[in-house]
Amino acid sequence: MSKNGLIFDVKRFSVHDGPGIRTTVFFKGCPLSCLWCQNPESISAEPEEIFRESRCIKCGKCSEGCFSGARETVGRSISAEDLLGILKKDRVFYQESGGGVTFSGGEPTMQCEFLREMLELCSREGLRSAVDTSGHAPWDCFKNIAGLTGIFLYDLKHTDDRMHREFTGAGNGLIISNLRRLVEEGSSVLVRIPVIAGFNDSDLWMRNISTFLRELEPSEGVELLRGHDHAAGKYTGLGREAKCYVPAVESVEKFRKILQDAGLTVLSGG
Amino acid sequence: MTGRVARLRSESLEKVPEISSERAELLTDFYSGSNAEEYSTPEQRAMAFSYLLENRTIYIGPDELIVGEKGPSPKAVPTYPELCCHTMDDLRTLDSREKIPYRVPGSVFDAYSEKVIPFWQGRSMRDDILSTMSDHWLSAYQAGVFTEFMEQRSPGHTVLDDKIYHSGMREFIEHARYRIGRETSQEKKTFLGAMIISMIALIRFAERHADLALEMAAVEPDPVRAAELREISAVCRKVPAERPETFREALQYYWFVHLGVTQELNPWDSFSPGKLDQHLYPFYKNEISNGTLTREQAEELLHCFWIKFNNQPAPPKVGVTAAESSTYTDFAQINLGGITPDGSDGVNEVTCLLLDVIEEMRLLQPSSSIQVSRKNPDEFILRAAKIIKTGFGQPSVFNTEMILKELLRQGKTLEDARTGGTSGCVETGTFGKENYCLTGYFNLAKILEITLHNGIDPGTGIQLGPCTGKPAEFDSYEEFFKAFSGQIEFFAHLKIQGNRKIERLYSEKLPVPFLSVLIDDCIEKGKGYHSGGARYDTSYIQGVGLGTVTDSLSAIRTHVFLSETLSMESLLQLLDRNFQGEDDARNRALLMNMTPRYGNDDDRADDLMTDVFNSFFTAVDGIPNTRGGFYRINMLPTTCHVYFGSVIGATPDGRLAGTPLSEGISPVQGADRKGPTAVLRSASKMDHSLTGGTLLNQRFTPDLLNTPEGLKKLVHLIRAYFRMGGHHIQFNVVDNETLEKARANPEEYRDLIVRVAGYSDYFCDLSPALQSEIISRSAHGDM
Repeated sequence: MSKNGLIFDVKRFSVHDGPGIRTTVFFKGCPLSCLWCQNPESISAEPEEIFRESRCIKCGKCSEGCFSGARETVGRSISAEDLLGILKKDRVFYQESGGGVTFSGGEPTMQCEFLREMLELCSREGLRSAVDTSGHAPWDCFKNIAGLTGIFLYDLKHTDDRMHREFTGAGNGLIISNLRRLVEEGSSVLVRIPVIAGFNDSDLWMRNISTFLRELEPSEGVELLRGHDHAAGKYTGLGREAKCYVPAVESVEKFRKILQDAGLTVLSGG
Repeated sequence: MTGRVARLRSESLEKVPEISSERAELLTDFYSGSNAEEYSTPEQRAMAFSYLLENRTIYIGPDELIVGEKGPSPKAVPTYPELCCHTMDDLRTLDSREKIPYRVPGSVFDAYSEKVIPFWQGRSMRDDILSTMSDHWLSAYQAGVFTEFMEQRSPGHTVLDDKIYHSGMREFIEHARYRIGRETSQEKKTFLGAMIISMIALIRFAERHADLALEMAAVEPDPVRAAELREISAVCRKVPAERPETFREALQYYWFVHLGVTQELNPWDSFSPGKLDQHLYPFYKNEISNGTLTREQAEELLHCFWIKFNNQPAPPKVGVTAAESSTYTDFAQINLGGITPDGSDGVNEVTCLLLDVIEEMRLLQPSSSIQVSRKNPDEFILRAAKIIKTGFGQPSVFNTEMILKELLRQGKTLEDARTGGTSGCVETGTFGKENYCLTGYFNLAKILEITLHNGIDPGTGIQLGPCTGKPAEFDSYEEFFKAFSGQIEFFAHLKIQGNRKIERLYSEKLPVPFLSVLIDDCIEKGKGYHSGGARYDTSYIQGVGLGTVTDSLSAIRTHVFLSETLSMESLLQLLDRNFQGEDDARNRALLMNMTPRYGNDDDRADDLMTDVFNSFFTAVDGIPNTRGGFYRINMLPTTCHVYFGSVIGATPDGRLAGTPLSEGISPVQGADRKGPTAVLRSASKMDHSLTGGTLLNQRFTPDLLNTPEGLKKLVHLIRAYFRMGGHHIQFNVVDNETLEKARANPEEYRDLIVRVAGYSDYFCDLSPALQSEIISRSAHGDM
C-alpha cells in the first residue's frame, strides 16, 4: 500500500478553482510562506491545533475532549483510496457542469508521490483533474504529473525575484522555469495572479508581468484573484497577526486592461 | 408594465384584506328559505351556488380588462359557514392580530351575530367532524401528532387540464344531459342534474358581468374606457358559455371557472389552471399570426390576470389550522415548461412570456413553478434562474421525469401521467382527472418523543400510543427503531380512521357539482368529486420533521448504543431539562457536533433517514380511501414545522424545546456543513418516486449567483439533483444581513419576499419563530 497523504480540508461545491462544479482537496504543507496566505494553517507540513473562540462554549473540559468544535486538529492523514471515495461522490455534479477535482493546498506537489497516485486514480475513474500550484517544486515532480493533470492552475505572483523572495520567502527562479517548460511541453495552463496591495499592484510590476505572459502565451489564459482579508480570523486562531493586503478594485481593473491590451485572455476571477 | 397595470397592481398590494359576510348571508338566506329541504343534497348545493351567483355583488373595477372577484371587491374575502362558522371571538382575533390580519367591518360583526352564527352554529362541517372523531383521535390531534386539513376547508386541491379551452359550458351541459338520458340510477341522474344547475349558474354569473359592463359603458364619459367596457361585455357574454377563440377569452373563461370552484366551497390549495403556457399557446400563436394580438397586449392581459389571483387572499382559518398555516397565500400555482401530452419539449413562446410576467409582477399570488425535463433546453432553466436570483423564491423547480415516475407508480396511464404536474406546494397529480388532496401533516418528531416515553405524551401524560417498551430497556438501536416504527404505523392508522369518516361526511353533506364538471370522469360516471367520480383518487399524508428525527435517531444510535457515551436515562434527563442543567451545554454540543447528521452525504446518517422514510411509506402507502383511491405519502411542511416544533420538548439532536423542526426533506437548519452537493446527495437517497412530492429548500447568498457562471452552476445543480431522482428544489437568495435588518426594521422591508416552504411570503408577515427559522437555514455562499 502506498503512503497516505496529509490534507487539511476537502471542499465540495468549489466553484472558483477551475471549470464547473468541483471538489477541492487542500494538501497540507507549503514551501512558501506568502505574507497574505489565505490558508495559513496549510503552511506547516505537520498537523497542528487551531482554536476558534466563536465556537467555544466555555465548558472548561478541554482536556476531556472538545465537543463544540472550537479546538480542532488541522491536518489529517488519508489513504488514496479513501480520498478517492470522497471525490467520486460528486461525480454527477462534475458531469453536469464540466467540473472535476482540484488538488490545491498548501502545495500539492510537496506530496508529489501521493499527488501522482491521486491523479492516476482520477484519470482511471474518468474524473477531470486540476492541480493548483505555486510552481515552487523540482521539475521532476511536474514531469511526473504533467501527463495526468487536466489543467494546471498555476500561481504567478511576481516576475521580480527580489520582491518574490521578500514577500513569499523564496525566489521565483524555479517557478518561472517550471512554468515555461510546462507551457512549452503543451500542458494546459491557466496562470492565476493574486493581486496583492503593495506587492504586485504597481504600474511597473503589472507591465512586467504582462510582458512575461505575452511571450509565454499560457493555453488557458490568465485569471486575476483579488487579495482579500477573509482569512483574518484564521490568523487570530493560530495566534498570528493579520495584515491587510486587499488591493483597490481600480488596480485590479487596470491590471485586467493591461493584460487584455497585451492580447491575453483574462478570466473573470474570484 | 402599463399605467393601467401599475394602478391595478398597487391597488392589489396596498389593500388590507377584509372579511365579507355576503356569501355567508346569502347561503344562510338560501338554506333558511322554506323549500331547500325538498331537494336532494347535490341539488341543494347546486341551487345554493346558483342563488349566490345570482344575488351577490358584481364588481368591475376601473381599468380592469379581466373581470370577476371572489368577494364583492378586491381582497374582500368571503366565508364558508357551512364548512366552518367563525365565532365572534374568531372575528375579533382576525381583526386585531398583528400578523396576517383581516379587517372585519362592523356590518360583518352584526351579520354574524344576528344571522350567520345563529343558523350555522352546530351545523357546520367542522362541528360534524369534531363531534364524529373518536376521543383517541381528538387527543392525538390536540397533542399535535397530526393536523386535519378537512376540518375547515374542503378537499379540492386539484388542477385543471385543457378541457375548458376546447368546450364551452353549454357543451358540458349537453354531455351531462346525454348522460342523464343513459343513466338508470336516480342518484346519478340527480347528481348530473345538479351539475347542470351549477353550470347554468356560472354562465349567468358571467352574463351579469356582461350586463354590468354594458351599463357602465353607457355612462362612461371616456370613450376609450367605454369601448373597453363593451369589449368586456362581449367577452363575458361569450365565455364560459361558449368555447373561447381568443387569448383574452381563454383567460377570462379560466378566471370564471376559478371563481366558480372557489365560491362553491373553500378547497385547500385553491384551484390552479395547470400548464398555462401550453393551454394558451394555440390562442397566442393564432392571434399573433392573424395580427389580432401583439405580444404587448398579451402581456398586459396576463398582468391583469396575475393581479386577479393576488386579489384573493386565503379565506381565514381558525384554531390549530390557523396556527400551522397562517398566510394570505391560497396556493394557486402556475406550471410552466415540462413536456407536452405527446412527451416532447413543452417550452414555447408563451412560457417565455409568462416568465417575463412572473418577474415583472413579483406578486405572492399566483405562485409559479417550472417543470424541468431532460427534453427542455438549458436556456429555459437559465431564464428561470435569473428570476430566482432576484430573491423572491419563485419559480420553484420540479423534475418532470420524477413526476412521471411517481404517477406511473400510482397506476396512472402514461398518457394521463404526461398531463400531470404539481400544485399547492409540491403535490403531484394528474391534471383535470384526479381528486388528490392533502389530508394532514404528520408529526414524525412528536412520534419519536412519544416512543421515548413508551407511548405517553410527555406534554400531557396521556397514553397516546401503544406501549412499545421502556426506553432504558432496549438492548439495541434496532429494537428501539422497531418501537418507533410501530408507533408510526399506529398513528398513521389512527389518522386514516379519522380521514375515512371525514371523506364520507363530505360525500354525503357537501358535494361539489360544479367542481365535478371539471374533473374527468365525474360526468361520465354521474358521480361527484367527493364520491369517487374522479378517474384517479389520491389522499396524501405529509410527513414532517425528517431531518430532526434522523439526527435524533443518529444521536441515540451513536451515543447511547454504539459509543455508550450517554445512557438512555441521562439522555432523557437532558431532554427533560431542555439542556438547561449545569453541564448540559457540553452534552448538547456532543449531540450536535459529534453525531453523523443528515445533509452531509454521510451514509451513517442518511441510512437512518431512509429507514424513517420507508417506515412512514410502509405505514401509509396503498391503504384504500373511501372513494376508490389510495393513501400515499408526501414530504412537505408548508409552515407546519413551526407549529409541530412548538408541541415537542427538546430532542436528541440538540434541538431545544418548542423550537421549529426541520422543514420538508431539508436537513436540520445549520446541520448541513458540506455544501449543497452533499445536501442534494443526501436528499436523493430516499426514493422520491414512492411519494407524491418532496420539498427541498436551499438558501444561497446573492454573491454566488452574481455572475453568469454562477447562474449556470445553479442550473447544473438542478440538473444533477434531478438526475439523481429529486422531485423538487426551491431557492432563497438572500443574505443574513438583509434578513436581520428586515427583522429589526420591518417598515423598511415591507416588500421583502422569501421562500417559506412550497410558497413565498412577505418576510415581515411571518411569525417571529418562522423568521428565526429561515435565518438559521444554512446559506451556501461564496467561500
